[in-house]
Amino acid sequence: MTPSALPSPPVLLRVRNLKTYFVTEHGTGTARAVDDVSFDLYPGETLGIVGESGCGKTVTSLSILRLVPEPPGHVLPGSLIEFEGRNLLALSAPELRAVRGNQIAMIFQEPMTSLNPVFTVGDQIAEAAIIHQHLSRGAARARAIAMLRLVGIPDPDERVDHYPHQLSGGMRQRVMIAMALVCHPKVLIADEPTTALDVTIQAQILELLDRLQHELGMAVLLITHDLGVVAGHADRVVVMYAGRVVETAPTDALFARPTHPYTEGLLAAVPRIDAPRARLHAIPGQVPAATAWPPGCRFHPRCPYAWEKCAAQEPPLLETGTPGHTARCWLVTEPERKVSKR
Amino acid sequence: MTLGTWLALFVTLVVAAEAVRGLRHRGLHNERWRRFFRQRTTSWGLGILTFLVIVALAAPLIAPFDPNKQLDIIHLTNHPPSWTFLLGTDVLSRDLWSRVVYGARVSLGIGALGALMAVSLGTLVGALAGYYQRWVDAVLMRGVDVGLALPRIFILLMAVALWDGLPFPALVIVIGLTSWFGTSRLVRAEVLSLRQRDFVVAARALGADSGRVIFRHVLPNAAAPIIVSAALGVGNVLLLEASLSFLGIGIKPPEASWGNMIADGAPSIYTAPWSTLFPGLAISLVVMSLNAVADGVRDALDPREERA
Repeated sequence: MTPSALPSPPVLLRVRNLKTYFVTEHGTGTARAVDDVSFDLYPGETLGIVGESGCGKTVTSLSILRLVPEPPGHVLPGSLIEFEGRNLLALSAPELRAVRGNQIAMIFQEPMTSLNPVFTVGDQIAEAAIIHQHLSRGAARARAIAMLRLVGIPDPDERVDHYPHQLSGGMRQRVMIAMALVCHPKVLIADEPTTALDVTIQAQILELLDRLQHELGMAVLLITHDLGVVAGHADRVVVMYAGRVVETAPTDALFARPTHPYTEGLLAAVPRIDAPRARLHAIPGQVPAATAWPPGCRFHPRCPYAWEKCAAQEPPLLETGTPGHTARCWLVTEPERKVSKR
Repeated sequence: MTLGTWLALFVTLVVAAEAVRGLRHRGLHNERWRRFFRQRTTSWGLGILTFLVIVALAAPLIAPFDPNKQLDIIHLTNHPPSWTFLLGTDVLSRDLWSRVVYGARVSLGIGALGALMAVSLGTLVGALAGYYQRWVDAVLMRGVDVGLALPRIFILLMAVALWDGLPFPALVIVIGLTSWFGTSRLVRAEVLSLRQRDFVVAARALGADSGRVIFRHVLPNAAAPIIVSAALGVGNVLLLEASLSFLGIGIKPPEASWGNMIADGAPSIYTAPWSTLFPGLAISLVVMSLNAVADGVRDALDPREERA
């Protein structure tokens, strides 16, 4: 299902021209971690945001709930994060708190450090319900047990009184999910939810997220560097590079016809079980420093197809012809230029 | 010492030991108490503190003499410890045991209340500075710098000049108000690192307000240094009270505090070492016991310190 193909689906979360900059320590420059990012999230869908480390995925997700540490970070005026018609960036602190954990919840990468070590998991799961729904102690505990059951933790009546250190990594991530979902949010932001877990647990957690998304009817913003995760779980994908959206497409289209050379490189870097064994492809070089993005297309120093125009002028997001598929690359308008120099 | 006072002392010892034994027994069922008593020294510390508190409360029963009465200024000055005068007498022929017993009321009171006030204030200021940073931090910490830079004795002398003979509550307040600077630095540093932790960000993502984040997520994780600083704080307050008494601005004589007993006995330290030794010992005992108990409390509050 491609939402853009539907008549006019209501947008749940609209991000427009998001710019989150960080002032560096010695005043040597401004790190433009997220630089003019726009995307939409529709009710009930899973939108994957992919990119390698340092491309701005996590800062994007933190910016949505205004959790970017300030200073040094700040979201520039002119950015818009609209949730159900309200600009989150313009909300007062109490209004914002009423959204956090209640309408939009978040789970983090590190289940080991994202739980408070001195409280039981039951206390922590109940916390959002106590904050937003003013549950009594007893009701909150009952809710915590129900949530533990929902996320598939055995013996929830007993586990509710356990401390985080008594649980395994996978269990803790389930607890994190229970914490985030206790108020049945409309949007769940999952920032690399499985990166710290081993592959079998990873699969279980993603399966759990899929099931809960289906049961609770929420939209998920799935942030990951793992294209395999995106392929299996996202409806649409936003590819980020150097603080910019470089390609956005329905998942099928992205994997069938990757258009941006960066996406192409990422896909080529995934090991395949059905291909002859060979050296894995790697994109040469590294993501440049956020204080000094290259001029023109930010990917051109690493791009195998780059020509003069790429260094001189940055392309806008161009329509590829497939509905909902756009790419920030001059190859969309000049496909005959696609000749690798390497 | 009469039979009655011996009996009272004995009962006190038994009650203190029983109290500790009873609490240890709870550790068989309760996780927290078990962690509290994990180290043997904690039991000793708790027993000694309990004993001293009961002694202070039951002072009239345990002290054989009026602590302020000069028994015989001709024949009984600086009498060494004996069965009649358990800890000896001081230069004014007052019974030291009685004075140590009554002095416990004053000293433990000042120590506990003064340290409680200092640590609460220090924790609050440190938490605010560390959590809000920026101008809040700048203003509060410059204030702390001023407080640390000013010799405390000057501030106290100023207070004395204002109050003209410090009553007990005023002494506690003055000590409390001038003893929190170190704690606030410590707590601030702790909060600065804790506020960056993932679980604090996670709590904010759940919609917790600043108060909830500070008091539920940040400070409980800083409990260990706060408690240790409180235990050390009591010792410092006891010693501060001693030096104030030495300067004649602490507890007014003839009322006994451990501090002014040391001050009174100092001139005769070579001829009658017992008059400084025993109140000094009492202070050391309290400080050591508190540290042992503080370690236990820290273990009890920290579920990570689990052993199989």
